[in-house]
Order: sequence, then structure tokens, then C-alpha cells
Amino acid sequence: MSAANELQSPWLTWEKDPTASVPYQVFLDSVVYEREQERLFRGPIWNYVGLEAEVPNAQDFKATFLGDTPIVINRDKDGALHAFVNRCAHRGALVCRELRGNRPRHTCVYHQWTYDLKGNLVGVPFKSGLGNATGLPSDFEPAHNSLHKLRVASYRGMIFVSYARDVEPLSDYLGTAMRAHIDRVFNRPIRVLGHTRQFVNANWKLYAENVRDPYHASLLHLFHMTFGMYRSSQGGGVTFDNKARHTLLQSYRRSEAEEVAAYKGTGIRSYQAKYTLSDPSLLKGRPEFPGLSIQTIFPSLVVQQIQNTLAVRHIIPRGPDRFELIFTYFGYADDDAEMQAIRHKQANLVGPAGLVSMEDGHAAEIVQQAIVRDKDAASVVLMGGREVADEESLVTETGIRGFWRYYRELMGFSVPASVTKESESWTHASSVSQ
Amino acid sequence: MDARELRFAVEELQYAYVHCIDADRLEQWPDFFTDPCRYEVTTRENLDQGLSVGIIYCDSKDMLRDRVVALREANIYGPHRYRHMISAVRVTGTEGNVVQAETNYAVYRTMLDPINYGSSELYSVGSYQDTLIIEQGVARFREKKVLVDTARVLSLLVTPL
Repeated sequence: MSAANELQSPWLTWEKDPTASVPYQVFLDSVVYEREQERLFRGPIWNYVGLEAEVPNAQDFKATFLGDTPIVINRDKDGALHAFVNRCAHRGALVCRELRGNRPRHTCVYHQWTYDLKGNLVGVPFKSGLGNATGLPSDFEPAHNSLHKLRVASYRGMIFVSYARDVEPLSDYLGTAMRAHIDRVFNRPIRVLGHTRQFVNANWKLYAENVRDPYHASLLHLFHMTFGMYRSSQGGGVTFDNKARHTLLQSYRRSEAEEVAAYKGTGIRSYQAKYTLSDPSLLKGRPEFPGLSIQTIFPSLVVQQIQNTLAVRHIIPRGPDRFELIFTYFGYADDDAEMQAIRHKQANLVGPAGLVSMEDGHAAEIVQQAIVRDKDAASVVLMGGREVADEESLVTETGIRGFWRYYRELMGFSVPASVTKESESWTHASSVSQ
Repeated sequence: MDARELRFAVEELQYAYVHCIDADRLEQWPDFFTDPCRYEVTTRENLDQGLSVGIIYCDSKDMLRDRVVALREANIYGPHRYRHMISAVRVTGTEGNVVQAETNYAVYRTMLDPINYGSSELYSVGSYQDTLIIEQGVARFREKKVLVDTARVLSLLVTPL
């Protein structure tokens, strides 16, 4: 009751256009943040946590996060993947204290309780006592004291975990449309090329919006235009899965004449042909994929393909006003030397110093800075209308609307029955009446 | 050039280099490099795993110039200035006029935006792993590898380290 009440009052004051605006409160409240950990990151969905290529061999492990919960993924001797919460069943210490490595079992340093790669408790020092010491009571059951195990599934080499016991199969969660794109990107064995990390002073959902928003791409990211890579007049659009929780943004070039014509007379600063690269080798690549694609898998994964740069981005919430973004760049195992060099150089386009995309974290931060006092105010997410539907346009915020619709559903806020102009309040669906 | 002169030339280059960046004279930054050159910012995390992709990789002076044009004309970020603190230089090898040197750095970033105006924080620490060429008493970087300990980049990295 108390949790519901804490959420109830501020949310009930919110009455603005629920399908096309977002109350700033969701980016500020620790109560909302706590509920996200419970209902999203520990909820009945799948969360991306790493690549199989990061744990290629038997006994390889990687310490990572499910929401803000530290977890471990590792590969058993038979090749199977297992995941568990990185917390000793004994007194709660972090069991795995390295980022990556290879171990036949995991031993907590505190009292050396030891777990196998499935997370089963296999060793307790002095379990049967020593001298006058009696050890653990006879009713102590090792089987009930394993690490907290998570469901694990992987699709095309991307590893997802779920805290929930009942969760639809991963392939259903991803859906046909999203799988089709993943199949294209992960069409053959990959090779990890590097990692970068970015720490952003903003709520993670501001980034989740950003990566579902093709509208900003040509307006915030001026490198594209400055050096002639991208305009809103390019072709492209937004594709959803059937629940509109995941999004695929794609863009591709039209003819130069068509693009210039589309911009003429708009007065938008973004069309400027004034600069050229002194070293155009940066953008020299090979035809590999049509255009550019940014795919988001709810809640915390982005799969990006920008020219020949391929990367996954893992969004890790670190409190209501902070998140971390981990980029893992990859190519294919069969890339020849020239292709490796192309990917190496084009990695300049993305990541924390990415010429094309460094601004995204900053955009999230300047929102977080400005909304500080106005929880009741809300953003406007009307570009392209109020609909949540596939759209053949880049000037749209439909992807953001889809994200919030599914977010509200998981968080237990009512989803408006229609997507028309009713000004229905974002009432609390399940616990308001308690 | 004896060892003392050589060290002096390397130190002068390091001082001039960090001062140029801290004074926001970034248009001159590429001139500290030979052409071709290599300027790389990567992390120990990647280096230890033998992974090639890091934060920045430029293999020509023109790529450095393009970075500066992008910073001035295209990229959007919170206005800020750097202060580099650098350690004594350790010359780790010499062969003719080619010198290898390692220098630790710490960069404090001071924000100049209206929200965080005047706040300074430790932004990045790491090591410069440099290969320099000394010609007519003037040293330039043929390769500058910025090996970053602070893998967790605060917000973004636009001003060179």
C-alpha cells in the first residue's frame, strides 16, 4: 500500500495528453526509479547483458548489470550460458570481483563460499565444524543457498537475462520484425573490437527516448550535415515490433538533387555544404548495409550500424539522475585486413568521442538540468501526430510514444484505450484503488 | 644531442602541447604532430585484451584538423576548459632522432555552462605513450597514444587529451 500511495499522488496530478507528452517526474523521482528496477529490469521481460563473443570459451565470465543489480554471466564447461546475481548467498558480498576472466568456479573472498558455474553452492569452509565448533546446522541445505539464478537466453550471439520466472521466449519478446534486423546484423560470427564507457548525468530514459528519435538526428548531430552524410530529407523511417516496445530506425540516402530540393527554402541551419573533410579516408568504407540503422530493444539495448561501424550499446541505470552507457564495437570474424582498418577508423564516428553521436549524452544532460524543479510539467512528443505506428519518415517521434506506451503498461499506469486527443490522465491502473 | 638536451626537448614539447590545449588554441594542436602521425586515445581495458578500437584513432594530421573543425563547427557539448597536469617525462628509448617517452597526465575539466559554471572535476588520468622525432632541435609527435585509466568518460570527450 505504501509504495502505491507514494506513486499515486504525484502521478494523479498529471493530466496532460498522455499519448504525446511525458511528465518530467519520471526522470526525477527515486520512487519511479525503484519501481523500474522491480517492474522493468526485474520484470517479465528480457534484458540485454552482453555478447556471447565476450565469453567465447568454457569458464569465461563477465561481470555486468541487470538494471543496477550486479550480475555475472558465464559459460559452463559444456558451453551453456548461465547467469546469476553477483551476491554471495552467505552474507551478501560481491562474489565475482573482476570485470572479466576465466574460472572453473566462483569463490567469495569473504568466507570462501564457493559456487559452480551454474551458481550452485558447492563448498562451505568448516561446514561440518572443526574441533569444538559445530559448523552449520544439519538442516542447512546447500541447494537452497545457491546464487540467485537468472533465466538466460541468447539470440544470434546477444545474451539476455530475465529475473522473472514467467517470461515469454526471447524470440517472441524480440518479435519477427526486430529479429529480421538482428539476423541481418549478426549474419555470421562476430569479433569484438573494443569497448568504451560513457557516464552521463541524466536519467536513463532520456537516452532511451533519444535512440528512438530520428527527428533529432539531423538537427542535433551536425557532423552529418557539416560533412555531408545525412539530412532529414534522406529516406528512411521507423519500424516497431508488434507491441511497439522495440524500435528500428533506418535511413538511407536519396539522390543529391532530391535531398537538396527537400531542404531548399526551409532555412534550417543543418544544410551546409561549407566544410569538407581534410582527410576523407574517415568516411571511406565498403558497401555493407543500406544506410544507417539504430535498433532499440526494450529497455536497455541499442544495436547500431552507422556506415561500417557496428556496435551494441548497453544502458545501465545508476540512480534517477545518472546512467552509464557501454559501447561494444564489433566486426566479423572473417573481416579482411582492409575491413578491419575501415572499422577501426570509422569507430571515430561513434562512442564518447564520436564525431557523429557524442551529443546524445549531452542532450540528455541538458534536459535533466532544466527539468529540476518542474515535476508537473511535461515534454511535447507530438511530431508526426499521436499515433504509435510504423512510419516512413524520419521527422517523427512515434518511436518515443511507443516506448512510453509500453513503459506505462509495465509500470502499471493505464494505457489510454485510444490514441486520439482525449486528455486522459495517466492514472495508476493497478494500485490506485487500494 | 646528449641525454639532458634530449630530455629537455621532449619536456618542452609536452609543456607546449598541454598548454596549447589548455589555452584553447586547438587550431595549432595538429602542428605538434608529424605527417603522417598517429594520435590514439584508448583504455587499458582494451589494451589488456588486445582490442584495437578505443575512443579516438587518427592516422593523419588532416584527421586531427578535421577533429578541430568538427569541435568548432559541428559538435554540441557543454563549454569547458581543461587543465593538464603532467608528470616528469621518462625517456624509455632512443634510436637516432626517434625518442620513446612516457608521461603521466591528469586533466581537470572546468565547466563554463550556466548550470555548472566554475565547477572543476578530475576528468581523466592516464599516460602518454609517445614516439617523437627531433629535427633541428624541435620535437614532434610521430605517435601519441593516450592510455586512459579513466575508461568511464564523463559525458563525452571532444577536447583532445
